[in-house]
Amino acid sequence: MYPADYRYTEEHEWIKVDSGVGTVGITDYAQNELGDVVFVELPKVGAQLKTGQSFGTVESVKAVSEIFSPVSGEVLEINSLLVDSPEKINSDPHGAAWLVKVKLADPREIDPLMDAAAYQKFTAEKAQEHSA
Amino acid sequence: MTTQAATEIRKTALNSAHRRLGAKMVNFGGWDMPLEYTGILSEHDAVRTRAGLFDVSHMGEIEIRGSAALELVQWVTCNDASKLAIGQAQYSGLMTDAGTFVDDLLVHKISDTHYLLCVNAANQEGDFDHILAHDRFGAKAENTGSRYSQLAIQGPRAKDILQRLTPVPLDSIRYYHFTFGDVSGVRCLIARTGYTGEDGFEIYFDPAFSEKLWADLLNAGEQDGLIPCGLGARNTLRLEAGMCLYGHEIDAQTTPLEAGLGWICKLGKGAFLGSEVLADQKKNRIPRKLVGFEMLDKRIARDCYPVLIDGSEAGRVTSGAPSPSLKKNIGMAYVPPESGTLGAEIAVSIRGQAAPARITPIPAYKRPQ
Repeated sequence: MYPADYRYTEEHEWIKVDSGVGTVGITDYAQNELGDVVFVELPKVGAQLKTGQSFGTVESVKAVSEIFSPVSGEVLEINSLLVDSPEKINSDPHGAAWLVKVKLADPREIDPLMDAAAYQKFTAEKAQEHSA
Repeated sequence: MTTQAATEIRKTALNSAHRRLGAKMVNFGGWDMPLEYTGILSEHDAVRTRAGLFDVSHMGEIEIRGSAALELVQWVTCNDASKLAIGQAQYSGLMTDAGTFVDDLLVHKISDTHYLLCVNAANQEGDFDHILAHDRFGAKAENTGSRYSQLAIQGPRAKDILQRLTPVPLDSIRYYHFTFGDVSGVRCLIARTGYTGEDGFEIYFDPAFSEKLWADLLNAGEQDGLIPCGLGARNTLRLEAGMCLYGHEIDAQTTPLEAGLGWICKLGKGAFLGSEVLADQKKNRIPRKLVGFEMLDKRIARDCYPVLIDGSEAGRVTSGAPSPSLKKNIGMAYVPPESGTLGAEIAVSIRGQAAPARITPIPAYKRPQ
């Protein structure tokens, strides 16, 4: 379910780093919690993201969810597919529906983030809290 | 995470049925209710184009009996219940002495000496206490919420689906009327009412038969595309249909006149709780006005966002959401009466930015006749 080469945050973002460039999205758990996604607001190319700070929103029919940056760095690209097809976040959250590509200010910033196994465990615990 | 203790949350008789269907559950006014099963958009679409089935057993029932039943109903509500025929229902407001809403409700006239009120889940105890406190007529009020389950079947196919399970000729029940009859062999109050803007029925029955009626209705409607629907779709459907939701458009600070509900405010029927305040508002000035609006770009207004007129805050959004049927983002809001002109441009403050919107008629959606 959760790709092994991604890292994950407690706010349910994922990041995949390739040659110093991080691709960021929201996780399958996050899209499922939100329900039908209808609108995505992203920063402009060139914007500077800071770790842990909100850089955009994903909105479903029911709710608004802020997206927090897992790393600091400059936005190199945003996913323009999501302007007209925000529902891609529901169908392919770990692939086609990535949100932004960021040039990492410090590649070591991803080290403390969860790996797939840890995130899987984290979400399983969340789900249990919900049903309790 | 829920803030209320897990032991306090209330469940309808269909709670396990919802969980078996994989519903996403939510705490709604202290009740553990299905928010969505397959998704709000698909459930909304089912109700507009085919049919949807809602468990609305959390809704409260209060029954008023006795020779003074009508007098009590007339005193505590703002609509004119004396105009009801037996087997007729009306939308009304349970009033404070300030002419504001304790709750909104449906009043069903079962007989000259028996009225059934359907009230909001979260308000039922408060409503009941309020009615008791104002019963100086000697009527008998009873909180009977736990004796009923309620299902709503709504949408253009609803009548045909329900008809398969009942000998009652459903065409004979007009809008906002009801009768008693069997559905799938279970005695029900069958009312042609709803909260979606579509044709449909709400049935009230003994909670012991909840699982049976839920399953029988879903089976009977499968060929028509009937699906279970949750509170998420119920909210987008009622918002499009311009129907008020307690705690949003109406509350203990809001009068029916402010909410555009002058049609349920029958000042000519004689004095009732709050009637003097309402008469004064009507004669002099209604301080604010509920309007509909649509967003002019892709941003979505949400509940409580500030409404800006000429750059300054002039009111608040009461409900805002994407409209799945209209494919735009809509809402309702309170504005000063002089700013509430149809077509006028306003703005909604969204995360600190002014997003343009236009005032539109309520309801935003009317079903094709």
